[in-house]
Amino acid sequence: MFRYAVARLLGAIPTLFALVTIAFFLVRLAPGGPFDEERQLPPEIEANLRRAYNLDAPLSAQYLRYLGDLARGDLGPSFKYKDYRVAELIATGLPVTARIGLSALVVAVVIGVACGAVAALRRNSWVDRLVMTLAMTGIAIPNFVVAPALTLLLGVYLRILPVGGWGDGAVRYLILPVVALALPKIAYVARLTRGSLAEVLGSPYIRTARAKGLRNGTILARHAARAALLPVVSYLGPTAAALLTGSVVIEQIFGIPGLGRYFVQGALNRDYTLVLGIVLFYGTLIILLNLLADLAYGWLDPRVRYD
Amino acid sequence: MSLPSALRHLVAATAIALLPITAQAAGVLHRGNGAEPETLDPQKSTGVPEANLQRDLFEGLVTEAADGKLIPGAATAWTASEDGLTYRFTLRPDGKWSDGTPVTAEDFVWSWRRLLDPAQASKYAFMLWPLKNAEKFSKGEIKDAAEIGVKAEGPGTLVVTLERPTPYLIGLLAHHASYPVNRKAIETHGDRWTRPGNLVGNGAFTLAEWTPQDRIRIDRSKTFHDVANVALDSVYYYPTEDIQAEYKRYRAGELDITYLIPPDQIAAARRDMPNDVRIVPYFGTYYYALNLTRAPFKDNVKLRQALSLAIDRDAIVEKVAKAGEMPAYAWVPPNTGNYRNPAIAIASKTQGEREAMAKTLLAEAGFGPGKPPVEVEILYNTNDLHKRVAIAVAAMWEQKLGVKARLVNQEWKVYLDMGREMQFDVRRAAWIGDYDDAWSFLELLKSDVGKQNPARYENPAYDDLLRRSAGERDLDARARLMAEAEVMMLNDVPIIPIWHYVSRALVKPYVKGRIDNVQDFHPSRWMSVAK
Repeated sequence: MFRYAVARLLGAIPTLFALVTIAFFLVRLAPGGPFDEERQLPPEIEANLRRAYNLDAPLSAQYLRYLGDLARGDLGPSFKYKDYRVAELIATGLPVTARIGLSALVVAVVIGVACGAVAALRRNSWVDRLVMTLAMTGIAIPNFVVAPALTLLLGVYLRILPVGGWGDGAVRYLILPVVALALPKIAYVARLTRGSLAEVLGSPYIRTARAKGLRNGTILARHAARAALLPVVSYLGPTAAALLTGSVVIEQIFGIPGLGRYFVQGALNRDYTLVLGIVLFYGTLIILLNLLADLAYGWLDPRVRYD
Repeated sequence: MSLPSALRHLVAATAIALLPITAQAAGVLHRGNGAEPETLDPQKSTGVPEANLQRDLFEGLVTEAADGKLIPGAATAWTASEDGLTYRFTLRPDGKWSDGTPVTAEDFVWSWRRLLDPAQASKYAFMLWPLKNAEKFSKGEIKDAAEIGVKAEGPGTLVVTLERPTPYLIGLLAHHASYPVNRKAIETHGDRWTRPGNLVGNGAFTLAEWTPQDRIRIDRSKTFHDVANVALDSVYYYPTEDIQAEYKRYRAGELDITYLIPPDQIAAARRDMPNDVRIVPYFGTYYYALNLTRAPFKDNVKLRQALSLAIDRDAIVEKVAKAGEMPAYAWVPPNTGNYRNPAIAIASKTQGEREAMAKTLLAEAGFGPGKPPVEVEILYNTNDLHKRVAIAVAAMWEQKLGVKARLVNQEWKVYLDMGREMQFDVRRAAWIGDYDDAWSFLELLKSDVGKQNPARYENPAYDDLLRRSAGERDLDARARLMAEAEVMMLNDVPIIPIWHYVSRALVKPYVKGRIDNVQDFHPSRWMSVAK
């Protein structure tokens, strides 16, 4: 298993290299540049700017220079937020996003699995139908509808929770964004759990266990749960990566200083270095979390072996 | 800790966390500020959110009163020479940096050289190009900074010499590009000099806290010369890019002042909180630029005039924009400093008369019934308001003139790129003046400003009038020359003004000292909170 993990990590290096290369040239293909504004700059001043940010060199030279900086661990200065380095922006945004994202992930897994399990055990009962209807609604209603509705109700009318801001991460600032972020995930996890648990419960080895006279609780905890959670686990890898890089919608609506907005705003602002930094960070996270999910697979499913 | 007791703590903590948000402390102001500032370095920034903060952190030779009018700042007085080429500024003796050291004339010399230094790549370096040799230095044609027209005569006197008379110089000196910056802080901290603890300013407040994308806190500066009259202890600035979310935070009592009001909430806000709504004329014009470098608008002034006349500004302002904007037939907004807005002939007609004129002009231009229709594309950046305006304009052109207009929307940077490269027929645009003088609008249509000229308008007579106005020392005569130029340009219709902007904000009634003004400048030093 250790060798497997190391091999996977080594294999990630060319992947990341390809990712950076493609992103570097793609972002340059977009029309317009980081310094374009409504007020056109005098050509000499624009030239000064391009020189200051090394944009006057040929693209290939800029690329090599970027790779060189990257090798030294430098993601460069942000073109838009001129007082900050890209690494600093990621470092200040990450703890915030991670806190909200991980909270949402835990909420989604705990509530989602519980709801899905109840639905699977009481299949076709009113409980099942209620849970599945709510889950479908949760998946179907997008964040940008749920979030403003929650803030309007709990923040503006009832005034029991802040409408926005971060407030140094006090719990009451977390509640609404976490709920808004978790709701669709809860729904998805519940559906996945229900489907796979229902399938597992109908499989021959569970029937065997029943025939042996094991109690329902034991069957569920010892035999069914592990297998039933496999799809959930593979869903969690990319979902965790997505939650850790933040949601631009949630962050903008709640005014949260996380990472999510940098992805979208960086691209819109043609903040080349910021976009590349975030892409690289996101890519690394996805690779790591997918690896974790795969390792968890082996632990959950005795048929999977890492050779 | 046993599990039940841990649970009890958790419940207690949750209960505390859920307590209603308490009223905010007096002496503290919470301002929505639009976007996260790109930088707090006054010589590198260009935007309004940055300028709002810098106005509190720094002070130029000249500064703004609560009503936006210019008053002495770091300088107490100044004199101009007879030929208008030399200005002598007397610095205030009690002017201090936030580290306690005095603000000297040498500080201004150093700061202005920094602004103009090509290696600094300041976007607004051209703000000081009226200074002697400044433009050449900025373009790298002169290497010696000592040749720039700014000198210190002792610590208390700054002598500024100009390339040519510049009647709006004093306005330029209130701009953030002309603020002094602290040499020691910059040399000690390099790129990190704008961080809390590093930033040394000479304004009414100092930078206390900066969490990117979350908030910036500034505290009253103990060394500010007018500290006795600064009422606020602290001001929080919040980036509020999502204006609907900002509106909610205001209604929930988390903000005292907003950056904007969402257009679709203006009616509700006027009904529910009439004393909070502040909508006043703003120093900008929303307009359509016509591409004069190609057909159909090249050398076709009558077609351009017809299209301008057919746009019913009143209808657009009342039915589409809906925030109390003023229909615009002129380029320079009303009440601009050093100016007297000329009467515009078409403004005094009825829309019916204008449309009749438009039809005649269209026929004279060789179009109209029985001929193939004029087809144009309207380019705008993706935005709901711009889209609705474009739909309205296209409908008016189609109904009144039979002109077919196709709408093209592009993401902001693509739109800017297409505008700069003249890849459009008609383009939505806007201009906000940088300083209170008609020049900051009129210079845009000069033929020698290159890509900045939105229509590539070229009229030697217009250029000549502006050149003469620039050399004119009598302010009335100068204003007449500029007004003549404006009328001439408008008659050629390189651009179609549609409305003059309004600024719109929500301000809690307990916020005192925030006086509406056309520049929308609101230094925190004049404000207080009285609950």
